[in-house]
Amino acid sequence: MLSEFLQYLFTGITIGATYALIALGFTLIYNASHVINFAQGEFLMIGGMTTVSLTAMGVPMLLAIILAVLLAGVFGILLQRFAIAPAKQADVVTLIIITIGASIFIRGLAQLVWGKEYHVMPNFSSDEPIRIFGAVLNSQSLWVLGIGAVLVVALVLFFTRTLIGKAILATSMNKEAARLVGIRTQLVLMLAFMVSALLGSIAGVVVAPITFTSYDIGIMLGLKGFVAAAIGGLGSGVGAVVGGLLLGVVEAMTAGYISSDYKDAVAFSMILVVLFFMPRGLFGAKVVERV
Amino acid sequence: MLKTFMRRAGKFAAIAAAGLVMSASVQAAEPIKIGSFLSVTGPASFLGDPELKTLQMYVDKINEDGGVLGRQLELIHYDDVGNASSARNFASRLIRSDQVDIIVGGSTTGATMAAVPLVEQAKVPFISLAGAVVITTPVKEWVFKTPQTDRMAAERILTDMKDRGFTKIGLISGTGGFGASGRKQTLDVAKDMGIEIVADETYSGSDTDMTAQLTNIRNTDGVQAVLNFGFGQGPAIVTRNYAQLGIKLPFYQSHGVASDSFLKLAGDSAEGLRLPASPLLVPNALPDSDPQKAVVQNYKSEYEARWDSKVSTFGGYAYDGLMLAVKAIEAAGSTDHAAVREALENIKGYVGVTGEFNMSPEDHNGLDADSFRILEVQNGDWKLID
Repeated sequence: MLSEFLQYLFTGITIGATYALIALGFTLIYNASHVINFAQGEFLMIGGMTTVSLTAMGVPMLLAIILAVLLAGVFGILLQRFAIAPAKQADVVTLIIITIGASIFIRGLAQLVWGKEYHVMPNFSSDEPIRIFGAVLNSQSLWVLGIGAVLVVALVLFFTRTLIGKAILATSMNKEAARLVGIRTQLVLMLAFMVSALLGSIAGVVVAPITFTSYDIGIMLGLKGFVAAAIGGLGSGVGAVVGGLLLGVVEAMTAGYISSDYKDAVAFSMILVVLFFMPRGLFGAKVVERV
Repeated sequence: MLKTFMRRAGKFAAIAAAGLVMSASVQAAEPIKIGSFLSVTGPASFLGDPELKTLQMYVDKINEDGGVLGRQLELIHYDDVGNASSARNFASRLIRSDQVDIIVGGSTTGATMAAVPLVEQAKVPFISLAGAVVITTPVKEWVFKTPQTDRMAAERILTDMKDRGFTKIGLISGTGGFGASGRKQTLDVAKDMGIEIVADETYSGSDTDMTAQLTNIRNTDGVQAVLNFGFGQGPAIVTRNYAQLGIKLPFYQSHGVASDSFLKLAGDSAEGLRLPASPLLVPNALPDSDPQKAVVQNYKSEYEARWDSKVSTFGGYAYDGLMLAVKAIEAAGSTDHAAVREALENIKGYVGVTGEFNMSPEDHNGLDADSFRILEVQNGDWKLID
């Protein structure tokens, strides 16, 4: 009984940690611009796929990861420069639609460059799963959790302790006022996209050994990550992690104790319930619209 | 008066004769149009991509060798991106505006079924490259298909299980079209064969961990073997989770993952699992007495030499589809739709890459379950078992 429960819990944590890490990527751009960047999944894909293809060329893994993350960062800047910035005064919905278009474009590009196949990435550490009380845990899950925790702390520090972080928050709260006090809002936005791309690609690299990676992995994982972010409250780092883990554990428990057929249905009903009672998510900021 | 009439009649006859000669010569030079709609890009591109490459390559080859009935082949193809409604539009375009003589295409069951009503109405012979049993059961007058059905795969797997003495099995399947249909056929066939499905789990295409479902199967009383029906990356994840959980029961996969890329994804975890597959995966292991050996070896070496990429089972479906079409046109002696259809229906003993085809008015697929070979993964490679 215990081993069964533990197994479901571990499965949930593995899935949930993946969702959480992806959800984190959404928070940054949302914080800066209230845009939900649907190309976030594509950053994941760039991270995973670049790492895989560089290691295949013989580049050491760590260097490959660093290069992949940097490449994603460049893509983040390009996305903001060439897709978001020209739209200037467009409202948030338009910008969201632009990110959807950008994601389709990046996916098409990736398909041309890397082909359509799934690729494997080895675990960071041992392939041997960890056994606890008769249940097994993939060692990569610990990496996902650990890196997720580090990123959350880093994000919190970034927003509360650094000038750039504060500038991003200021820009999100009131663009006009931010500009009046001397913040270059376009630059801030560009930074937000870059850091967000870095976050996304790190997530993509860390989860790739569990999920595999391919040119279209971004659609699949990006959407789940967005759902996790919405449950936790968009814009909150802690919320993203809690939302992701909650979603993963609920899915696994349903699959284990009720039926795998209803797993997704239960997860989505949970989202409805959460958003019904707490429209801003579990940890969402209370925002009062001033008219 | 009479003279003028005669002169006029003579002129008329001359013009008519000239017209006739002209139309006859146009007819001879006109290529035979083979239409195709395939999922060359999009989620089912792993099907459509090798299929298109195969069609292009063999149409070129046949043309170099002088064509069919002395006429060149012309391949007209569209990419349906794995989308059933574009498949329908393209099928309609092939029939109405391109006026093709035969259609070889339809990478997925969805795309095929969307086109079926159109070809039935327009009465154009159609050879589908998709798997599900619904395409040719019940028989549709103008629709044929080259891959084995999922029902045959289920039969083949369950027969192998029964031969090894397993009567209680666990089933885990994807909720996508392929997995869902495979699950249904497996449940059906199992009932007929006296095999009991004691655990029945599912996973969706975007799942990244199936440990919970596999734990349930493992904890079910009396399970002797496990079968996973699905395709894409899901089965590879299931295989890895299976190994991580240390489940020692014999493990089967479906023909949906019978490719070398699956071996690469699943790695060591795939060791010892069995699946039904095309002989294309083990061309050299086939006994010399096997009539398919030469065909399969040929196709594999020609494809790999031309495209510099690994041959796949799915390309083999297109090879058989094109060859069946050519055979039927040759047998019919023309591209008359009804005659070609009739000829297709009467093809017997054609040995292709997928198997030996014996078409009949009751069977528009023409294969039997034995055309699948049971393979086992040993030392990271396929080993022919049966």
